[in-house]
Amino acid sequence: MKSKAAKERKVLMCGNEVIGEAAVQAGCRHYFGYPITPQNELTAYMAKRMEEVGGVFLQSESELAAINMVLGASACGARAMTSSSSPGISLKQEGISYIAGMELPAVIVNVMRGGPGLGNISPSQSDYFQAVKGGGHGDYRIIVLAPSCSQELYDLTALAFDLADTYRNPVMILADGILGQMMEPVALRQINPKHVKKPWVLTGAKNRPGRRLCSLFLETGGLEKHNASLQEKYRRIKAKEVRCETYNISGAEVIAVAYGSSARLTKAAVKMAEERGIKAGYIKPITLWPFPEDVFIKEKDKNKKYLVVEMNEGQMVEDVERCVGDRKRVFFYGHAGGWIPQTEDIFKRIKKLA
Amino acid sequence: MKKVFGRTRTLRDTHTHYCPGCGHGIAHRLVAEVIDELGIRERTIGVAPIGCAVLAYYYWDLDICEAPHGRPPAVATGMKSVNPKNIVFTYQGDGDLAAIGFNETIHTANRGENITVIFINNAVYGMTGGQMAPTTLCGQVTATTPSGRNVKRYGHPIHVAELLANLPGVSFSSRVALSDIPNIMKTKQAIKKAFQVQMDGKGFSIVEILSPCPTYWRKTPVESLKFIKEKMVKTFPLGVFKECGKK
Ligand SMILES: Cc1ncc(C[n+]2csc(CCOP(=O)(O)OP(=O)(O)O)c2C)c(N)n1
Ligand code: SF4
Ligand SMILES: [Mg+2]
Repeated sequence: MKSKAAKERKVLMCGNEVIGEAAVQAGCRHYFGYPITPQNELTAYMAKRMEEVGGVFLQSESELAAINMVLGASACGARAMTSSSSPGISLKQEGISYIAGMELPAVIVNVMRGGPGLGNISPSQSDYFQAVKGGGHGDYRIIVLAPSCSQELYDLTALAFDLADTYRNPVMILADGILGQMMEPVALRQINPKHVKKPWVLTGAKNRPGRRLCSLFLETGGLEKHNASLQEKYRRIKAKEVRCETYNISGAEVIAVAYGSSARLTKAAVKMAEERGIKAGYIKPITLWPFPEDVFIKEKDKNKKYLVVEMNEGQMVEDVERCVGDRKRVFFYGHAGGWIPQTEDIFKRIKKLA
Repeated sequence: MKKVFGRTRTLRDTHTHYCPGCGHGIAHRLVAEVIDELGIRERTIGVAPIGCAVLAYYYWDLDICEAPHGRPPAVATGMKSVNPKNIVFTYQGDGDLAAIGFNETIHTANRGENITVIFINNAVYGMTGGQMAPTTLCGQVTATTPSGRNVKRYGHPIHVAELLANLPGVSFSSRVALSDIPNIMKTKQAIKKAFQVQMDGKGFSIVEILSPCPTYWRKTPVESLKFIKEKMVKTFPLGVFKECGKK
């Protein structure tokens, strides 16, 4: 047998490329994308790798086209992916809504940049609402995974394909410009893609009646029924797929809450606080939808304070407030527009709350 | 009793939702007949538009996928990339293909994607209540051009078949009309040719079909046919604008 070390090549790669390699290892052979910073390395990487592995890479004429190419490839059974950054993700929203309504698997990567509008290309977490609350029209949910380091970019991208197939649902990797650009060692562990049967796939109606994939329900009560079944699926996802990293929440007086890049800096600040004798802990949601609600709801201690750190003007904080149920104990630290929190400053805020 | 006429295999036995005299039903039948005559039903996948033909899958017994308004060519591109042996076609109206989805149309054609596009030009938006389309004739009254299409404001009707014929990726581009029996037969021939081009792997093929919409032309079915023959073909001449490999 091969040693674990041989199977787990550790390499130094930029985050965008890590996402690409994970997709390839997870069996993605259909990638469609349109250039936009700060995710261009991913598109270029897929162009190169798809040639090597005999997959399909297509630079589309727009993000609208890209997401609909994903729709078509997925309808025919492929593990398909597209990636973009904030403005491009806005353009994909109609397609994502259709994919959710048609119940097709798809993996969408958003390497977030600053907004609104063209904003700038600096890192940001300003698309939380768009990703988590349903950026397109209709009552639908997508699974949102929030990596905070290169290893998670790799592992969560692989997971995204399995979840998409399992639930016939779009899955978004919500990264940001720091993660996409950063070079970090990552273990390229062997990925064993989950094999999910897809009896709904369009192949041509050989020896059977034609099949249809659509999100249109005109018959009386049809759309209501469809929505009810979607909600049922979302409840199953909520029950089974919540992922979250916690540290010392039972012993803490102040619990910092952060995801993605800001979680790394927040973790360092919590450590700093502990070293100075402050009782601190953290909650790092890994799935932003489903949100780790129970971690907050089940907390019995009604004196604990929460400090939510985000690279935006306060988005996830609304979910934390909702789950804690007492706004007076939830505090926010964050800005939009390319601002990156400093460990020292987060520490100062934890100290003030302790 | 001897059966002299029947439903072709690819058509479902169902009622139609189209208005009396509408061209969509005829076009559906022609596509179904061609698919059956070519024997490709079991490997064909269709992409339905958003427009009056959104329910195409009620009529064709084929594997069919819905696409957002204007995006069928992108969806078809994704499909064809999974299994090039599938015969993939889109069926689109003039709003779908030549307005909101024109970028996808041009680029899919320009890439020479080996798919077939059935383009229903009825000079209006049927589904949303008869508004102006990119193909609405000069002076034509619609819900959004109550005094007729004003060329100064909206320009001239777009000639899709001619425009696409200019692209190297396009192997077959033709315009036909559902105006009378001989023209309906020609339409069928053009559709067959377009699918054959795809079967031969020659690239993008499109058939633009002038098709009656009596409801929003505010005409009887018979007057509508007359309108195609006397008015519409003057703006949109019939013919083959490109046929690669033809001696
Ligand atoms: C994004 C979006 N915009 C607008 C609409 C509304 N809409 C539905 S069909 C249609 C036009 C259909 O016209 P056409 O493509 O010519 O098809 P026809 O009904 O004439 O066959 C419009 C504007 C929509 N469904 N989606
Ligand atoms: S509105 Fe026009 S295109 Fe639509 S079904 Fe009626 S006749 Fe046909
Ligand atoms: Mg029309």
